[in-house]
Amino acid sequence: MELYRSHVLVCEGTGCHCSGSAEVIETFKEELKKNQLENEIKVVSTGCFGLCEIGPIVIVYPEGAFYSGVKKEDVPEIVSEHLLKGRLVKRLLYHDSISSADVVKSLDEVEFYKKQKRVTLRNCGVINPEKIEEYIAFDGYRALGKALTEMTPLEVIEVVKKSGLRGRGGAGFPTGRKWEFAHNAPGDKKYVCCNADEGDPGAFMDRSILEGDPHSVLEAMAIAGYAIGADQGYIYIRAEYPIAVKRLTIAIQQARELGLLGKNIFGTGFNFDIELRLGAGAFVCGEETALMSSIEGKRGEPRPRPPFPALKGVFGKPTLLNNVETYANIPQIILNGPEWFASIGTEKSKGTKVFALGGKINNTGLVEIAMGTTLREIIYEIGGGIPGGKKFKAAQTGGPSGGCIPAEHLDMPIDYDSLTEIGSMMGSGGMIVIDEDNCMVDIARFFLDFTVDESCGKCPPCRIGTKRMLEILERIIQGKGKEEDIDNLETLAKNIKASALCGLGQTAPNPVLSTLRYFRDEYLAHVRDKKCPAGVCQALLQYTIVKELCTGCTLCSKVCPVGAISGERKQPFTIDQDKCIKCGACMEKCRFKAIEKR
Amino acid sequence: MKSLQELEEIRKKTLESLYLRKDRAGTRIVVGMATCGIAAGARPVLLAFLEEIKKRNIKDVTVTQTGCIGVCRLEPMVEVYLPGQEKVTYVNMTPDKVARIVAQHIVNGQPVTEYTIGGQQKKND
Repeated sequence: MELYRSHVLVCEGTGCHCSGSAEVIETFKEELKKNQLENEIKVVSTGCFGLCEIGPIVIVYPEGAFYSGVKKEDVPEIVSEHLLKGRLVKRLLYHDSISSADVVKSLDEVEFYKKQKRVTLRNCGVINPEKIEEYIAFDGYRALGKALTEMTPLEVIEVVKKSGLRGRGGAGFPTGRKWEFAHNAPGDKKYVCCNADEGDPGAFMDRSILEGDPHSVLEAMAIAGYAIGADQGYIYIRAEYPIAVKRLTIAIQQARELGLLGKNIFGTGFNFDIELRLGAGAFVCGEETALMSSIEGKRGEPRPRPPFPALKGVFGKPTLLNNVETYANIPQIILNGPEWFASIGTEKSKGTKVFALGGKINNTGLVEIAMGTTLREIIYEIGGGIPGGKKFKAAQTGGPSGGCIPAEHLDMPIDYDSLTEIGSMMGSGGMIVIDEDNCMVDIARFFLDFTVDESCGKCPPCRIGTKRMLEILERIIQGKGKEEDIDNLETLAKNIKASALCGLGQTAPNPVLSTLRYFRDEYLAHVRDKKCPAGVCQALLQYTIVKELCTGCTLCSKVCPVGAISGERKQPFTIDQDKCIKCGACMEKCRFKAIEKR
Repeated sequence: MKSLQELEEIRKKTLESLYLRKDRAGTRIVVGMATCGIAAGARPVLLAFLEEIKKRNIKDVTVTQTGCIGVCRLEPMVEVYLPGQEKVTYVNMTPDKVARIVAQHIVNGQPVTEYTIGGQQKKND
């Protein structure tokens, strides 16, 4: 047995990786060697801790000291002070991780983690995802063992049904019923698939699970295979997730070596194996029928349903398709029982949900909350509020398929049904916080621009309809909108929703509909008054010089690329509105705050 | 994987090396490692504790360091926290004393009084 007196856990998720955690790990190894500590202290790369905003994150056990924003230059100090002499390096500790008496708090006491409930993320940031033994140490593969040796397939399905688990990909279909359909479908060859084609802008829940705890998904897929009678699984993951792909490849390899995938698992005669299929990053491939067609090697285009995948899926065989986060819940449900799972959450939405917090929020990162937590708790307690004390305007959930939740619903408990009721949706878990400086028309345009780009072009409502909607929005943003444009937008949106072929098109108008529902006045300000209340839409802005503040220093006229600013030295300058291209260069340069945009 | 026992064996074996990350209960051996402690030879003492614990395969013990304990003339100093018991402070530590402390105190719960701060004071009086 290896005995170390201390473990240094360094986050190697994509967020921290981009902030330089690989270098930090390297430097730790070098420094430990230099100080002859390499046999006493172990460096472990692990998955996401959630606080991506302040990465790279390093946690030192046994103290549990939580260091944030660690650069490779900081490593020698941590090694010589903390690891050699046992003194915390206070300047690097996360501000909320020590109490007033300089005692290290346990992670559950830190404000960011206090309100969270980590079920699917329980191993993220705790284990080394590239070591199957560490997953096994924390009860990994015991659920598979239990299912195979103590339960019949129908009993497994019953447990999943009873737990109340619903699909975490966004639509929220009851998972147990999906499993039952696939189980009951006639056929001797069936497939289990995992949708890891996370495409919403700003969403990274599934990636973090796969990077931090890949085995939980493999184990759940094997359990699903047993339940529906399949011996082959596919994980469809985008090639844009190289770290997740690497960890999954290692995980599958290790599971095969230990015989946890392959033939005759646990000596029960049950066979199951998993292969990866890499997608090229098309958003539409997250749609189930397009995804399956891509797995088969065909073009990733959706087809009408029925037949549903449970009857006719991959290679025309019955197929079970679930999302990464849905699977990550399964081993816990089998081990702890459906009653345990059903005790978390609200009446119709059980368990927890992972959200990727982004936009105007202090703690950008990954959070997992019990269903029924309010938006206010997520944004102000876990998320640490909005930078600069700005006013909250709305939260956008569900990405390009979802909608926004305005400030009046801040105290609404979050679950599938309440979000649908107010015109948004749970979605896969992206949550973008919008403050008073964002223009809602511009937000709607951003998402529509994304769907227009990503439309596969198979059906006209989506291919042509979303394009027309985008054109109208762009017109409004440029100050050329008319009042009837708003009605046209609504009509188009409703028609596209009703007639598009797949989920992508059917949900594409949602960002427009929900911003129209709650922020119609902003649209009206754009078309009637030709003003952008948030000061975002360039074409509707005017840069002017405040006479009283201008000292006539000539700086602005020098940076103006089109020569629109003129005046006499030591006298107030003026901007020629006909020449101004609204680039904002003058405003940036002015030292006297004498230039205003309105 | 042929059986659940096999899985259980891997689980148990790995968990032993991971207990550091799970909870902070259990016995703590704290070695004073400020300049005074290091100069007096605290590192060999710390390594001797690690070695002894590894040899005896004792679980739920963390060996950690701290700054100056305060009585620099008695360094190297080591504090032992057994769950539910009062802290015991050993002074003038050497690697040779470690084996006895581990056997008598860590395993059997009987502090080695003659090595403690009280015991040493008595001897000097």
